[in-house]
Amino acid sequence: MADRRAALRGLAGAGGLLLLVIVPPYLSSFMLTLLTQALIYGILAMSLDIILGYTGLASLGHAAYLGLGAYSVGILTMRYGAGFWTALVVGVLLAGAVAAIFGLVALRATGVYFLMITLALGMVVWGLAHRWVSMTQGDNGISGVPRPDLGIGVSFAQGVPFYYLALAAFLLAFLALRLLVRSPFGKSLVGIRESESRMRTLGYHVWLHKYIGFVVAGAVGGFAGVLWAYYNGFVSPADLELATSVEALLMVALGGRGTLLGAPLGAAIIVLLKNLVSVYTHRWLLILGAVYIGTIVYAPEGILGAVRQWMKGDKAWARS
Amino acid sequence: MDFWILQLFHGISYGALLFLLAGGLSLIFGMMRIVNMTHGSYYLLGGYVALTTIWRSGYYALAILAAAVVVACIGIAEWNAFLKRLSGQELGQVLTTMGFAFIFQDLAMVVWGGDPYTIPVPAMLSGAWRVGELHFPVYRVFMIAAAALVALVLWLTLERTRIGAMMRATVDDPEMARGVGINVFMISMGVFALGASLASVAGVVAGGFVGVYPGADFEILPYAFVVVIVGGMGSLKGALIGSLLVGLLDNFGKALFPELSYFTLFAPMAAILAVRPTGLFGRA
Repeated sequence: MADRRAALRGLAGAGGLLLLVIVPPYLSSFMLTLLTQALIYGILAMSLDIILGYTGLASLGHAAYLGLGAYSVGILTMRYGAGFWTALVVGVLLAGAVAAIFGLVALRATGVYFLMITLALGMVVWGLAHRWVSMTQGDNGISGVPRPDLGIGVSFAQGVPFYYLALAAFLLAFLALRLLVRSPFGKSLVGIRESESRMRTLGYHVWLHKYIGFVVAGAVGGFAGVLWAYYNGFVSPADLELATSVEALLMVALGGRGTLLGAPLGAAIIVLLKNLVSVYTHRWLLILGAVYIGTIVYAPEGILGAVRQWMKGDKAWARS
Repeated sequence: MDFWILQLFHGISYGALLFLLAGGLSLIFGMMRIVNMTHGSYYLLGGYVALTTIWRSGYYALAILAAAVVVACIGIAEWNAFLKRLSGQELGQVLTTMGFAFIFQDLAMVVWGGDPYTIPVPAMLSGAWRVGELHFPVYRVFMIAAAALVALVLWLTLERTRIGAMMRATVDDPEMARGVGINVFMISMGVFALGASLASVAGVVAGGFVGVYPGADFEILPYAFVVVIVGGMGSLKGALIGSLLVGLLDNFGKALFPELSYFTLFAPMAAILAVRPTGLFGRA
């Protein structure tokens, strides 16, 4: 059974990757941008899954790291003429450093209090983006960020090359995070999620494990933000408002918490839904709202969570 | 000197508005442990319902009543159909109530359109009192009085009445409360309805002051949360002091350090949380 499941999973993974590599050049430019957007949001959602899914802490301020990465690019590129690699390193390090500070405050709490403290900390960053006009240009945002030049002789100005850049970044983030969650450290995070007191009794430094997970999630969130700024060519406070943080939570919950691949799946569904539905109707907020509620009512463990239970042969879900 | 007195007055009156809004959130949050992202929507819908009532009838008091009743019914329906099953599931609560917030925002757009409106206030509440060189708008004084009245009534109800004792018992230990014959279901529903209608009243009051417009719900929501976080969930005293603190910080921040105004609001809050994760008056 276990072998067959692993083979099935490997086959699905290889098939999915093949599709992501082969199909995009034949897509319309609209679909291609949506797919690129889905990959970038997929990175953000995966980083959130590290704290939400694996460690069991719901953060309501994860958009802050996306914003930190994005504003690093916006400010460094437009004010100081910095190149891709500088902006990338600064964006990821800044997001990680801020997460390292926020983690000291937030990880003193769990549950509702953790939710609220992360919300408050997220608002600190949003407030700066919104009001520190001389640096961030406030609500107008920073526009005109050019597509990146990696210095490897390839132009990423067009949609297709940039898509492959996003895909490469996504695979890099996915493989790194997969390594993390499959490592003994990743297992200890799951242990903390299941029973913090037991892990403490076993001699684990629970706080430190959570802290490292929190900082890694922040840094990877910043990585997504860097790509987001280059993709959009525009950075604004909307990138790090409360609704964006909640949307990231929805992506992870919809795809399946603690599955790593569920997060980008949820991200892809939400990105496609938001953009495609809004083409056909002005009432897309109504539909988005229904997706939020429907996810919790019908798929509380998310899509991959349901698939996982089904593969385990657990038929209980079918009756409930 | 005049600058400081006026800013102090503005800060306190804004704090009064925040108290109306956040008092309800603190009830729902602290007593029922529900993270309610729909709270801003109750505020928005309250404003819109009042607007329609005033257009049709012309009575300000009737508008407040109508907003409170309609929004309480919406809150009861939402709680009954979805939220009561999600106790202890913060993620589920956040996402469900966020879904409702989007739906209400869109429905409000369908019914009332995208234009901003100001709720017409009675003549006796408009104008300003002059003290020496200073002008104090009557409407802001009214906001402070309304918040003080609501705070007093809430405090008396919670601390001095039988129903208040039943509410506190339901919060502290629902099973024991049920055991001694308290109708926990009705009490919980009542608390939720009360919290929602308080938010709607805040929406009406704000409607005569900053107006009613699409997006006001998500604009005000973080403020409500900040008040509750700083004051501590479920604490009336906390909500009151938190509102004043946030109102003053916000006002002085905007007046003195416009570039860093939100930072001066949220950073002290983060500092408070770093020392007391449960807020100033919260219970763990």
